[in-house]
Amino acid sequence: MLKREWIAGAALWLIVAVEPAWAGTTLDAIRQRGALVCGVHTGLAGFSAPDKAGKYAGIDVDYCKALAAAILGSADKVRYVPLTAQQRFTALQSGEVDLLSRNTTWNSKRDAAMGAVFPAVWFFDGQAFVINGRKNPKVAKLADLNKAAVCVESGTTTERNMADYARANKLNFKPVVFEGQEATEKAFQSGRCDAYTTDASGIAAMLSALPNRGDFTVLPELISKEPMGPMLRRNDADFFAVARWTIYALQQAEESGVTQANVAEMKKSNSPVVQRLTGVSGEIGKELGLDADWAVRAIRAVGNYGEIWERNIKPLGLARGNNALWNKGGLIYPMPLE
Amino acid sequence: MSGVRTPLWATERLRHVAAQAALIGLIALLCGAAGFNLVHNLEARSIRIGFDYLGQEAGFDISESLLAYDPANSYGRAFLVGLLNTLFVSGIGIVAASVLGLMIGVARLSPNWLLARLAGLYVESVRNVPLILQLLLWYGLITEILPAADQALKFGGIFLSQRGLHLPWPEPHAGWSAALLGLALAPAAMLLWQWAAARRGSVAPIWPRLACCALLPVLGWAAFGAPSEFSHPVLGGFDFEGGKSVSPEFAALLFGLTIYTAAFIAEIVRGGILAVPKGQTEAAEALGLSRAQRLRLVILPQALRVMMPPLTSQYLNLIKNSSLAVAIGYPDLVSISNTTLNQTGQAIEAITLMMAVYLLMSLAISCLMNWHNRRIRLIER
Repeated sequence: MLKREWIAGAALWLIVAVEPAWAGTTLDAIRQRGALVCGVHTGLAGFSAPDKAGKYAGIDVDYCKALAAAILGSADKVRYVPLTAQQRFTALQSGEVDLLSRNTTWNSKRDAAMGAVFPAVWFFDGQAFVINGRKNPKVAKLADLNKAAVCVESGTTTERNMADYARANKLNFKPVVFEGQEATEKAFQSGRCDAYTTDASGIAAMLSALPNRGDFTVLPELISKEPMGPMLRRNDADFFAVARWTIYALQQAEESGVTQANVAEMKKSNSPVVQRLTGVSGEIGKELGLDADWAVRAIRAVGNYGEIWERNIKPLGLARGNNALWNKGGLIYPMPLE
Repeated sequence: MSGVRTPLWATERLRHVAAQAALIGLIALLCGAAGFNLVHNLEARSIRIGFDYLGQEAGFDISESLLAYDPANSYGRAFLVGLLNTLFVSGIGIVAASVLGLMIGVARLSPNWLLARLAGLYVESVRNVPLILQLLLWYGLITEILPAADQALKFGGIFLSQRGLHLPWPEPHAGWSAALLGLALAPAAMLLWQWAAARRGSVAPIWPRLACCALLPVLGWAAFGAPSEFSHPVLGGFDFEGGKSVSPEFAALLFGLTIYTAAFIAEIVRGGILAVPKGQTEAAEALGLSRAQRLRLVILPQALRVMMPPLTSQYLNLIKNSSLAVAIGYPDLVSISNTTLNQTGQAIEAITLMMAVYLLMSLAISCLMNWHNRRIRLIER
């Protein structure tokens, strides 16, 4: 299949190409080409999916836009590269994309063995199971799914999480593994599997597009922690800092009440944090290798973290839960801007 | 001795050797540079390399396996499970495609107008649609059209649903193992008989030989207690339990590969038969052989010689095409390697291993077929 050839091609590239060290060059490369190359999902509602006008939209896409606005001055200077779960790591490793903003779980393997870094968590998720409640009215919790066939997409952490959970709880799931999310969802909807497992947000995204969504039940258990974030190559600390603080700037903006609409006026705010965020005081922009207005441009392009959420995730019917600010019962905790 | 002796370094032989040595050196240099580059690039990106991951715990489950396997086993064992699944579906596919291809190929040359046209239609339509679409079609047919497990179609003790085919299956017993052993020994016994007959300068008759060999498994079964315990599929909470199940993924892959490859084999068979001079048919007719006998005793053995090389490449194609299984969820070598690749991030190693295994399988088949080809070749005097 094309995908495999593509991976093989990227692998071949690693074999043949001679590269200088990477440190500090990603930002230069982005500026030189005048575009940020962002690896995104091929189509996951709320995260990155083409909208009615054919433009990519979603929370992961908004992050790319904010980053492009901070670095290049315009949210439109992004080239999106849609990637499957299979392709994403090779695409990042080979330099095909500057970063992945593709609901990728942050875990030790990816940090330690795959030459990657995650600047911060952009979305807290967990793996859930969905069943057809009309066909299986008696299934109310995961233990009721013993011996059931479960559709799962290959190339993600979900396969392993499911096996881990089954082993720990002495359950037996029969995985049916497909390449690609559409094939997996289709097999579940056809009734080939009794359940479909992926991140809770992915299930919400699938259900939001189904006419008969009332037939389906999401089981209450979340079997894993899925902290999602952008993924970068390890050896560029400058780009890493910009990627990280763009996230914190957008989250701090929500905490400080800076919105897409009021960001210009907020420059007059007498809150020291807002002044530093908007570049009125302090040197954050300069220290990051950007200019003073970097965060203002990012907020003007996509709004603060709360606005991004309202626009993209709320329509899926997901509650903010862990993704609320730390002072509102969630886990979103922007580090201090100094 | 006359004239000037050619110095050693200028002899043609040495120049040939030197040219070849230089070429080999160049290739080795290129490979070395590529390898050095690879290691350097991976290190520069802090990507860990090596095959150690094969010993680590895999942690994911596999839906169908010929070996005992659970998530606590290693990536290496998971790889083996995938390899066996690939070999299993390919092996059955090769046999089935050969039989079907032979029938279609012969049918296409049939004097019966309708039969010949139908066979032609089959070949032309199947050959010209990409295999991946055919696989998706078969899989779609099985999972969308067949009823759910609780409304399965029932044929005696056999159930057919969108969860696959469920058959009664013998309970494990020494008698069944002995029967299986008998079945495995039968072809060997047949060949032995043939060889013994050939040594005496006679020909062993085929039908008594076949009958006798069919007896072997039955004898084995009877000798070890003639077990008659069967496990029957019973509808459980979600699916049938007990008996033997053929998954929709396996069935769709097997159908797809068999039907697709059979179309090509049919053409090879037709070509092989047409390559046998007409005089052979006429001579066989003159001897009073029936059409079936002509085909079996005169035409096919000669056609086989022509068919062998292209047939080999069809077998290789079938094995390689089985890697399309990922599209329909069958846990073949590629599917499992993909999962491994994604969990460990060892893209280069996983792909290298996959390529090496496909190469080895293809070379093995190739060798076997070439050896067979040499054996049945016409010995010219």
